[in-house]
Amino acid sequence: MERKKPRLAVWKFASCDGCQLSLLDCEDELLAVAGALDLAYFPEATRGEVKGVYDLSLVEGSITTAHDAERIHEVRRRSRTLVTIGACATSGGIQALRNFADVREFTSIVYAHPEYIHTLETSTAISDHVPVDFELRGCPINKGQLVDVVSAFLSGRRPNTPAHSVCIECKLKGNVCVMVAKAAPCLGPVTHAGCGALCPSYDRGCYGCFGPKETPNAPSLSAWLGGMGLDAKALERVYRTFNANAETFRKESERHAEQDNQG
Amino acid sequence: MPSKTIKVDLLARVEGEGALKLVIRDGKVRRAEFNIFEPPRFFEAFLRGRHFTETPDIVARICGICPVAYQMSAVHALENLVGVSVDGPLRELRRLLYCGEWIESHVLHIYMLHAPDFLGYDGGVQMARDHGDAVKRGLQLKKVGNEILQLLGGREIHPINVRVGGFHRTPRKRELAPLAEKLKWAREAALETARWVATFDFPERERDYAFVTLNHATEYPFNEGRIVSNRGLDIAAAEYDEHFEESHVAHSTALHSRLKDGGGAYLTGPLARFNMCFAQLSPLAQQTAREIGLGESCRNPYRSIMVRAVETVYACDEALRVIENYEEPDTPCVAVQPRSGVGYAATEAPRGMLYHRYQIGDDGLIQDAQIVPPTSQNQACLEEDLIDFIGGFLDLPDKDLQYRAEQTVRNYDPCISCATHFLTLDIDRA
Ligand code: SF4
Ligand code: SF4
Repeated sequence: MERKKPRLAVWKFASCDGCQLSLLDCEDELLAVAGALDLAYFPEATRGEVKGVYDLSLVEGSITTAHDAERIHEVRRRSRTLVTIGACATSGGIQALRNFADVREFTSIVYAHPEYIHTLETSTAISDHVPVDFELRGCPINKGQLVDVVSAFLSGRRPNTPAHSVCIECKLKGNVCVMVAKAAPCLGPVTHAGCGALCPSYDRGCYGCFGPKETPNAPSLSAWLGGMGLDAKALERVYRTFNANAETFRKESERHAEQDNQG
Repeated sequence: MPSKTIKVDLLARVEGEGALKLVIRDGKVRRAEFNIFEPPRFFEAFLRGRHFTETPDIVARICGICPVAYQMSAVHALENLVGVSVDGPLRELRRLLYCGEWIESHVLHIYMLHAPDFLGYDGGVQMARDHGDAVKRGLQLKKVGNEILQLLGGREIHPINVRVGGFHRTPRKRELAPLAEKLKWAREAALETARWVATFDFPERERDYAFVTLNHATEYPFNEGRIVSNRGLDIAAAEYDEHFEESHVAHSTALHSRLKDGGGAYLTGPLARFNMCFAQLSPLAQQTAREIGLGESCRNPYRSIMVRAVETVYACDEALRVIENYEEPDTPCVAVQPRSGVGYAATEAPRGMLYHRYQIGDDGLIQDAQIVPPTSQNQACLEEDLIDFIGGFLDLPDKDLQYRAEQTVRNYDPCISCATHFLTLDIDRA
């Protein structure tokens, strides 16, 4: 008799679908993953659904509605291991820009009938609501890291995702520093590794899509960027992108927002 | 015939999350509602106050499956605004990038999302058990599209190499050469795909659609062209707002786009492009269409899977043309200086036309943004399809009827996450 395969579920909250799509973009590994796991719930890929408890849940997206704030508890109850994938799920994503603004104003900018819209004032990470077993960073996640996380789960080891900065990835790759050589503003020194120093390899600075690394010194980097000509407004924006609600980036952006207000 | 209500709470194999409700009374479909319960993400609101050069990175995040479409519409609208035109090799590279997205997106839709409907599987992975060779061919073909995105964009999802004025870094000729070899294989695989999907069983249903598409004198449309329809529309992107309107109504979860002045619902996407721009397809793509029995026009939405296959042949062909003629540009990017004004552009996302408008100030900060994704534009048309077609299947058992309805929605490859202003609403269960 065939051994029972662990059940995989893929859940979606507020997001662009890009992180779960990364799984379908693993063209070479997809059928192997499907062979090792039972794709029990993955509405983007299949209409079949196996009810019950899942061994591994991958959760994409942030919590932005009252209904989703309820639903995530249900997902947690039904998941033995819960892994969040991507910046939306680990820090609130780009939609967390509402956390710095008045969501009612946002609503009236986009919708003719704001009264039909029911949304929370904040966009928050999954771990703000339920315990999470592992967080995979990135907007989008790196699919090599995703495959590693899934195979780590299958073999019962820790995922192999280094916690150093994008700077180290540049050094490993032999890239010339874009800050030094091109005077390009770069968040690499405070950004979590994982992308393989993609942007500097394409002659541009990092914009921080993997979020803050473990021990970042953002004020020091800001001083450097200030020296390169970025004013308080620009610095505020630099930290407010796809991980705007991650603590280090949020605090640093708020510091510059205050400076800007004091003019 | 008894009255009944068919509800599909979570529609599978579409990007994002949608639900479907059909109300059937006295043997007729009285109402069809395609509901989208994607939480709003407010892109148009938080783009205000951002510097215009940040736009391509930000709007990419609207949709993980067609980020290039958002980047291309944004950069063209902003270049239109600041009065810069991007020509020569940079323009060609943008076509190449779009080819990559068309290939990966069309192939994903064909193999993983739509073909399972015709062959009776829950999804592509389940289908692989009996159709292993086909699914493997599909995955390899999709991968070639993704490799274009990787090389030119840095990565498949949310490319980092696109900027207003061009690219951050342009590829060397020798970097593109290995891609050409893969694309030659891909073109053959796309041909086989077209022959394969042509063997499916298609319901014989047609409608007289109002087709809306970009149209260009010499090219199959990606980034440029007039907005035209088969009802006589022929306008520049800047005139979009004068001819189209979006409405936000309580009984629907989405903004519906319609043609103004009673023009009503319209269809954008592969069928519209194919019917309106057949003459601009490459000879091989035209020949493929004839070989698989499409001819030069097609009004059967279930056959859109065949049209996608023909467009995939075209995208491979076009990508090869660009690579073979590529000359390395002197600079990766044309210089852009902000100036106050309004800019407009529409481009052809794989699933249909995507319109952007931006207003910026002299400081380069965005004051206002409008983004109309293809799913909004097709929403009204999709519901009309359901009312029209499902009526013809009412004697099927509920389970099969539901399946047909889902398939009718999936004809559109609806990209719900893209539809930035879709929202949640309670369903009227009357
Ligand atoms: S983290 Fe980025 S790629 Fe992933 S779902 Fe969110 S917006 Fe999309
Ligand atoms: S270099 Fe930075 S912005 Fe670029 S992909 Fe890597 S983490 Fe993201």
